[in-house]
Amino acid sequence: MIERPETAVPSITQRNLEGYVGFANLPNQVYRKSVKRGFEFTLMVVGESGLGKSTLINSLFLTDLYSKDYPGPSQRIKKTVQVEQSKVLIKEGGVQLTLTIVDTPGFGDAVDNSNCWQPVINYIDSKCEDFLNAESRVNRRSMPDNRVHCCLYFIAPSGHGLKPLDIEFMKRLHDKVNVIPLIAKADTLTPEECQLFKKQIMKEIQEHKIKIYEFPDTEDDEDNKLIRKIKEKMPLAVVGSNVVIEVNGKKVRGRQYPWGVAEVENGEHCDFTVLRNMLIRTHMQDLKDVTNNVHYENYRSKKLAAVTCNGVDTTKTKGQLTKSPLAQMEEERREHVMKMKKMEAEMEQVFEMKVKEKKQKLKDSEAELERRHEQMKRNLEAQYKDLEEKRRVFEDEKNNWEAQQRILEQQKLDASKTMEKNKKKGKIF
Amino acid sequence: LTVTKVGEGARAVPLAGHVGFDSMPDQLVNKSVNHGFCFNILCVGETGLGKSTLMDTLFNTKFEGEPTQHNQPGVTLKSNTYELQESNVRLKLTVVNTVGFGDQINKEDSYKSIVEFIDAQFEAYLQEELKIKRTLHSYHDTRIHACLYFIAPTGHSLKSLDLVTMKKLDSKVNIIPIVAKSDAISKSELAKFKIKITSELVSNGVQIYQFPTDDESVAEINSTMNSHLPFAVVGSTEEVKIGNKMVKARQYPWGTVQVENENHCDFVKLREMLIRVNMEDLREQTHTRHYELYRRCKLEEMGFKDTDPDSKPFSLQETYEAKRNEFMGELQKKEEEMRQMFVQRVKEKEAELKEAEKELHEKFDRLKKLHQDEKKKLEEKKKSLDDELNTFKQKKMAAELLLTQAQQAGGSTTLKRDKERKK
Repeated sequence: MIERPETAVPSITQRNLEGYVGFANLPNQVYRKSVKRGFEFTLMVVGESGLGKSTLINSLFLTDLYSKDYPGPSQRIKKTVQVEQSKVLIKEGGVQLTLTIVDTPGFGDAVDNSNCWQPVINYIDSKCEDFLNAESRVNRRSMPDNRVHCCLYFIAPSGHGLKPLDIEFMKRLHDKVNVIPLIAKADTLTPEECQLFKKQIMKEIQEHKIKIYEFPDTEDDEDNKLIRKIKEKMPLAVVGSNVVIEVNGKKVRGRQYPWGVAEVENGEHCDFTVLRNMLIRTHMQDLKDVTNNVHYENYRSKKLAAVTCNGVDTTKTKGQLTKSPLAQMEEERREHVMKMKKMEAEMEQVFEMKVKEKKQKLKDSEAELERRHEQMKRNLEAQYKDLEEKRRVFEDEKNNWEAQQRILEQQKLDASKTMEKNKKKGKIF
Repeated sequence: LTVTKVGEGARAVPLAGHVGFDSMPDQLVNKSVNHGFCFNILCVGETGLGKSTLMDTLFNTKFEGEPTQHNQPGVTLKSNTYELQESNVRLKLTVVNTVGFGDQINKEDSYKSIVEFIDAQFEAYLQEELKIKRTLHSYHDTRIHACLYFIAPTGHSLKSLDLVTMKKLDSKVNIIPIVAKSDAISKSELAKFKIKITSELVSNGVQIYQFPTDDESVAEINSTMNSHLPFAVVGSTEEVKIGNKMVKARQYPWGTVQVENENHCDFVKLREMLIRVNMEDLREQTHTRHYELYRRCKLEEMGFKDTDPDSKPFSLQETYEAKRNEFMGELQKKEEEMRQMFVQRVKEKEAELKEAEKELHEKFDRLKKLHQDEKKKLEEKKKSLDDELNTFKQKKMAAELLLTQAQQAGGSTTLKRDKERKK
């Protein structure tokens, strides 16, 4: 299911009008302005050659889009897949419509069709890119809307199921553009075969989770009943014709066979009328709105996310994507400032710590040196003391000895004096 | 909203029948009706000019609000949103009132809060538009679509506050000037007053909103109405019986002023123009003219350009990438600067500490030297003591020797004597 954006309803006070005001005329004002502006629509048709794409376009718009002067792609043989656009201006009931038909000649016609969808994807993306650039300019003037609003995918009426190419193509394009699959040349299938074919196709579409264009539910129950009826007929089986044939007195568009006429606008013969009514008369605006609000927004947000995250694949939370790239940069700036502050604080811390360490080391070595110095000093002092003591002892001893010597000397002197005396007295023997 | 030139580059082809795309306008209208409409009116005018009453009268309902006093210190804006429905059309109407306008002694800054408010709504829209994941489809548009400027019914001319304010607002919002409480002016005075106002606006270059004349279906009525500007209005929510009908009116002793009587005032004209005919155009002008101007100025201010110096157009990606690179460069530079500063500090501190270390070692070297000297001195002292000791020892030894010799020689006598004594 393609998600449609929800309309937010804020809490607001209700007021009842007590008389005529006049804003009921707003729709008329809108009508008037839109007619003046004119409308544009871009329709893309994709399918193998020979599936009647050009014929169907001509039948849908009751015009010869491709004529002698503007030959359609079927007249030209292509070697590779091209993407070509034709722009026409059609008027009806005072309403002007600029219709762009985008054709893809060569699609699926080669033997090796790998990547034949790539030119188609490139085209769709480039139109979105153009719009994005125009929308993002500083000076915005008129923004022509060339985005592809609808892609009709033609399925060959094999009666069996989808081909691998069909599945591959739809899977790659379902989130880029509104895809409406059609069974082409439906007049080659009987009603029963057609029913089975449709069932099979829808089953495969669901299996492969392909998101084809969904009709929105309306407020009106009657409309919803019709919508449900249409949904049951999907994919629509169509027949196109440029030839007008007379059937029962009426001039109708159809294909003449020996066994009868397959009428294009006969609801029992094919779903052409359903397609036309849905595509042009009731849901053209919705196709444009879904393209604008869903497919284009997807493209834009992917593109801008790539720019802001600079290609870095992140698991960033959804919340960050709701900002504008500029707000994102502001946020990054703030984050960076905080990171820098933190880094600064950390560096400061490391710095302080290192300084402290160094200072401590210095202190320690100072203390060590002091200690050693003290020790040496004390050592020296001790030695000094020793020396003093030794000297004192020596001095004492010397003094003592000298004193003793003097006594001895005195004794000697006395002794020799006494001897002299005794000699004189004759006591010497 | 996109405004395109229809049929550009396309060739016209005839249709062979009824295709059915003429239902496109209806499809568009149905979508709009389902989605609901939104309209925002700003009422600017002095306190007491009947702004709230006029809103009530215009929309035939009673909105919020107590009459404000005259003592507000500044101009504030009060906004209220209402959901109205007429037939199948739902309208989200926001009425913004200027509270305190014209009440201050110094009114130089009166217009500022109004301009700020208008810009804030533009900014909110711009932010939404620039988001990566945005929901413009369901965004509640708060941008001001119409500004009713209430002129006091003096009968003379515009006040300078009016001219200054309108000049500041004319490039930001659609201004519709109205003469308030116009039942205070007589018809002849009113005609002169209107002419004076219009000429003053023109001579001061004030751009007021012109009802569009480019659509044939409404060109005539719009151009007629343009000539009736400014609308002289009277508002009233009270009803008075006139004939057998109840009509909105103001009852005076001398008569009754009927609000919806076009001979009495321009109320009906205002309602026609503002609501019934040109509401959508007012919204469109706001978006394609006023908002675009704001957006352009804002983006240019931020340094965005559409073309590079060689006049080649920038793609969106290039613009953002350029901005981002510039931004990242700035951040890198800041980071580098901070690192450098740290490196510098570290260097300085290291030098400091090295210096301290050197000093310490020098100090201790000196001490060591002192110590060495002391040690040397001590050694010397030691040596001298040793020398003395030796000398003394020798002296002693010599003395001993002498004594021993002396004793040996005549020492025997003493010895004998001692021996005898002992006997």
